[in-house]
Amino acid sequence: MLKKILLGASLLLLVACGEGKTKSEVIKLQGSDTILNTSQAISEEFMKENKEARIAVTGGGSGTGIAAKLNGTVHIAMASRSIKDKELEKAKEVGIDLEEIVLGFDGITVITNHDNKIENLDRAVLGKVFAGEITNWNELGGDDAEIVVLSRDSSSGTHSYFKEAIVRNGDKKSEKEYGKKTLYMPSNQAILQEVKNNKYALGYIGMGYMEDSVKALSVDNVEPSFKNVADKSYPIAREVYWYVDADRKGDAAKLVEFALSPKGQEIVKSEGFVPAK
Amino acid sequence: MNIRKTKDLFMKNSIFGIAGFNIIIVFLIFLFVFTNSMKFFTEFPMGDFFMGKEWISLSEKYGLLPLFMGSFWVTLVALGISVPLSLITAIYIAEYAKPKTREGLKVLIETMAALPSVVLGYIGLYVLSNPIKEFFGLNTGLTALTGGILLAFMSIPTMVSISEDSIRALDKSYKEASLALGANKLETIIKIILPAAFPGIFAGIMLGFGRIIGETMTVLMVTGNAPILDAGVLSPVRTLTATIAAEMGEVVQGSTHYYSLFAVGLVLFAISFATNTIADHFIHKSRKIMGK
Repeated sequence: MLKKILLGASLLLLVACGEGKTKSEVIKLQGSDTILNTSQAISEEFMKENKEARIAVTGGGSGTGIAAKLNGTVHIAMASRSIKDKELEKAKEVGIDLEEIVLGFDGITVITNHDNKIENLDRAVLGKVFAGEITNWNELGGDDAEIVVLSRDSSSGTHSYFKEAIVRNGDKKSEKEYGKKTLYMPSNQAILQEVKNNKYALGYIGMGYMEDSVKALSVDNVEPSFKNVADKSYPIAREVYWYVDADRKGDAAKLVEFALSPKGQEIVKSEGFVPAK
Repeated sequence: MNIRKTKDLFMKNSIFGIAGFNIIIVFLIFLFVFTNSMKFFTEFPMGDFFMGKEWISLSEKYGLLPLFMGSFWVTLVALGISVPLSLITAIYIAEYAKPKTREGLKVLIETMAALPSVVLGYIGLYVLSNPIKEFFGLNTGLTALTGGILLAFMSIPTMVSISEDSIRALDKSYKEASLALGANKLETIIKIILPAAFPGIFAGIMLGFGRIIGETMTVLMVTGNAPILDAGVLSPVRTLTATIAAEMGEVVQGSTHYYSLFAVGLVLFAISFATNTIADHFIHKSRKIMGK
């Protein structure tokens, strides 16, 4: 009797598994936390319009996403930095032909505590602070207190971008690093939290994470506003990307098309980024 | 009769097989970490790794020392808090508590062990870091101390339960003899019971240490992750585990950076292997004293 039940159950299980496979494939997105919410919103809207489509979105950092793409475990890698030469080499090695889709633009917002007097920093000064060459707020016209410099950890695309653009001031030959006392925070949220609590903290976050609980600094006297990123007058702005197969098909192709459509770009905008188109 | 023998033989072999399987898995994990680490050392000098004072992985500077110091400070704080607390708790539970209180406390401590480390990390980030900053007049509350306090909470359950077991496993005659000679309860505990149970207590501490050195999520969230070499208890630090966790996602597989993280993993593996061996040695010693 028991044997019969077991047999029946396993048969049912087999049938169930078989049925699962005939349904459409799950499209997987992984990567940058900066555009995680945006990609999620785009996917949800896409699934509303295409009832059959199934999409899973996970974060973990730009590098994580690109690594997953190169390992063939995801369809789309989300990235807040452009792909590195080493990663491109690896892609060639494993025979993946990647296409770079610019989803939108993100201003990186430099933030301090509301109790901090400083309102504006120049790019060069900002570079010196993050390289650990300026360590006290009084050198910037503030109180006599040590600057607590907060950076994202090295798995973040923003970390790499900020190092190239600000710490090294765009100089590719420069070997400058973040200052020795820099704190590396695991998320945008952790940076916000520390700046909120700490009068002398200075950090950077993606524009979409900006909250009223902290103060955004102007850079070179330009405010990090939507308008200023759109007309490219704000100096620390970068593209955010999706990396996909050049010869994509099925739902993945449709999703990319949707993201670049006016409707998709509207979502990009509503999530706090400047649309690509 | 014959069927019974076959059954017995079958059970014996399958149990042997399953046990052997575990050993093989541990061995394979070690082999995996080891071979990948060796690939790192073919590309990066071993001396620069162990003696290097800077860890800036994106610029190919892989110096272990700052990470090692980070783990050291966090562990020191955690042990400094958890060892005395666990010892006192274990003595109370084993010697003073009424049976009902004892059961209640044991459940409570087991619940402590079940707290997810990411939740403790949240508590550290949102509740603990600010008071620490204010109290010590620091410029940030994300320090080795903050991480150490949280890790202490994680290691206490392990230490308490093993210490308590080893105190309660002592033969009654020890205590009776001491009391009969006129020693009071406290004297008996300090001079007789604790020394006799020491191997077991020490083993508990070592296992707690293993938990502390290997913990990742909490330290990643609350220690600030700054690879500073001349750090102290009140400074932000970066531990070995947090480095692997923070960077594993980013690396290009097969790059020097990728293998460097395996080398860090190998160091961790060596530390916990040594700890477990020492703990195991003392557990055996403790069993011998008990005559079991």
